[in-house]
Amino acid sequence: MRLSYPSNVKIIQLPCTGRIDIIHLLNAVENGADGVYVAGCLEGECHFIQGNIKARKKVEYVKKTLTELGIEPERVEMFNLSSAQGARFAEIAREMVDRIRQLGPTPVKKVDAA
Amino acid sequence: MIVADRKPIQEILAMIKADKKILILGCKGCVTVCNVGGVKESEILASTLKIARKQQGNDIDIDVRVLERQCDNEYVAQIKDIVNDYESVVSLACGVGPQFLSEMYRGKKFYPGVNTTFFGGAVQHGIWEERCAGCGTCSIHDFGGFCPIARCAKSLLHGPCGGSSKGICEVNPDTICVWDAIVTKKMEAGEIEDLMGVKGFKDWRTSRDGGPRRSIREELIQGNI
Amino acid sequence: MSELKSGSNLEKVLKAGYFAFTGECGPPKGANVAILKEKFQYLKGNVDAVNVTDNQTAVVRMSSLAASRLMVEEGLEPNFQMVCRDRNRLAMMSDILGAHALGIRNMLCLSGDHQSFGNHPQAKNVHDIDSMQLIALVKKMRDQGKFLNDEVIDVAPKMFVGAACNPFADPYEFRVHRLANKITAGADFIQTQCIFNMDRFRDFMKKVVDMGLDKRCHILAGVTPMKNAGMANFMKKFVPGMDIPDDLINRLKGVDKKNQSEEGICFALEQIEEFKQMQGVAGVHLMAIEWEHKVPEIAQRAKVLPRPVV
Repeated sequence: MRLSYPSNVKIIQLPCTGRIDIIHLLNAVENGADGVYVAGCLEGECHFIQGNIKARKKVEYVKKTLTELGIEPERVEMFNLSSAQGARFAEIAREMVDRIRQLGPTPVKKVDAA
Repeated sequence: MIVADRKPIQEILAMIKADKKILILGCKGCVTVCNVGGVKESEILASTLKIARKQQGNDIDIDVRVLERQCDNEYVAQIKDIVNDYESVVSLACGVGPQFLSEMYRGKKFYPGVNTTFFGGAVQHGIWEERCAGCGTCSIHDFGGFCPIARCAKSLLHGPCGGSSKGICEVNPDTICVWDAIVTKKMEAGEIEDLMGVKGFKDWRTSRDGGPRRSIREELIQGNI
Repeated sequence: MSELKSGSNLEKVLKAGYFAFTGECGPPKGANVAILKEKFQYLKGNVDAVNVTDNQTAVVRMSSLAASRLMVEEGLEPNFQMVCRDRNRLAMMSDILGAHALGIRNMLCLSGDHQSFGNHPQAKNVHDIDSMQLIALVKKMRDQGKFLNDEVIDVAPKMFVGAACNPFADPYEFRVHRLANKITAGADFIQTQCIFNMDRFRDFMKKVVDMGLDKRCHILAGVTPMKNAGMANFMKKFVPGMDIPDDLINRLKGVDKKNQSEEGICFALEQIEEFKQMQGVAGVHLMAIEWEHKVPEIAQRAKVLPRPVV
């Protein structure tokens, strides 16, 4: 569709969001991501039946963990859309980037080797 | 893990005295590790009961099956096609097993073949000792890595009492005085101060005293509870 | 004179600097008030206060609360003992309030012997809190006027708080620290386990005095007169936490069986004389269990009579 979305969104492709584990989300935060979001199929339309439902639960778990650590849970989010919704994809990207800009950079400092 | 002891044979015989065909159901979990309810022990029990009944001139037909675990409905369901072939079932799993079985197969009789005792570990092959009381608020790090709730006969938080003699508990000569161990460790490390002061009064609500407990992993539940 | 914590006789005697002399009385294995009152008569006037034991050695007896009240009615002052084995914190606070209401003003906070030693070993043990916490609890109720949950008490109980100390249990090096902790938790007076090994006790008291514990708390030395060599042997072999030197057993064996009780009393009297002079010792706690009728004689011969009236 050649719609643009912010360049500071790094995309990792998966066959299904059900493939995501809690550790993947935490690793992103640990390694300095200001925000992480999961874009899965609309609920009820998962090709692998419940993958997106499970992904949502994992996102909820990570949000809870971040809250316990005093980090804004809004830095991690779950979105649902169909693969036909190109415009929605770009919209979500912009929405998330705006949100993170408002929250500011991640409080998780990356420790440099120096 | 959970440790259990086999019930006395006479007690088990009394449970099944009216039955002619039973199933002994072992478990590959904790009771296998403490050698009381695994494959071997299930077979041994079956043979022992058959011998006893033959002696009485009242033969009994006993089958043996062993499940991966009896604390998971997925495995408990594996006997659904055969459970009705038996008048009763003797489970050698810890107390959880016969209860899960009773809940799934409402019309059947399940007998506990073992007395479940404690959470512990093998201090040497063949000997298991209690280490944990499941109090729900673990603070062994406050006591040099020892648990006074489980290992002190009086669950003291400021021990030892005056009955500790040569590092042995006055209640049982086979039991070390855990407070002697805690204090000795702290004295050797020059950390006596850690044992001074009055520790907070224990909140027993997280223990069995607060009522039967439940543990939930929200992220793994499918659907609603 | 600064304010008294409980106004009990024992408190006044100790505070005034007299050498205190307390006794002990085990309630009967029944509701036999008559026999209890008989025991009281041997103690009356011969001691400043009397310990009333609480299901001692886990053997069921009349409750120490009831026996303490009966004692008050007969004009003696009880040291109401409470163990942690049989009661949870609710029952403890409740009984402490009851004790105050019934005129009891001294309390001894103990762990309690394990029920396996007693006559109902099948019982569940409680141990909701331990003796250290019980001391702190009574202190909180008395000084802050609050329950454990910080609710205000409608007339706070005024107790002179006591605790036990066993200088002879293992690990020996730790006992003085545990004593210090009990004092910090709020113990006003301490009664030690019965002493037979005088060398060891002298050494213990040196440590106590070094740490200044005798200035913060009144320490009473425990004395139990041996009835005979058999009793000494039995206690050495079967009673945990006892340190009975062979010297003493030999001394008792060295006399005719019928003279052994006199020898035992002589030893006790020698101890009492030494305790009167020993730095840090504020008095003696005489435990003549089931030998209460000997108390008047011992008190007389120990020259601790008449007891001070403060």
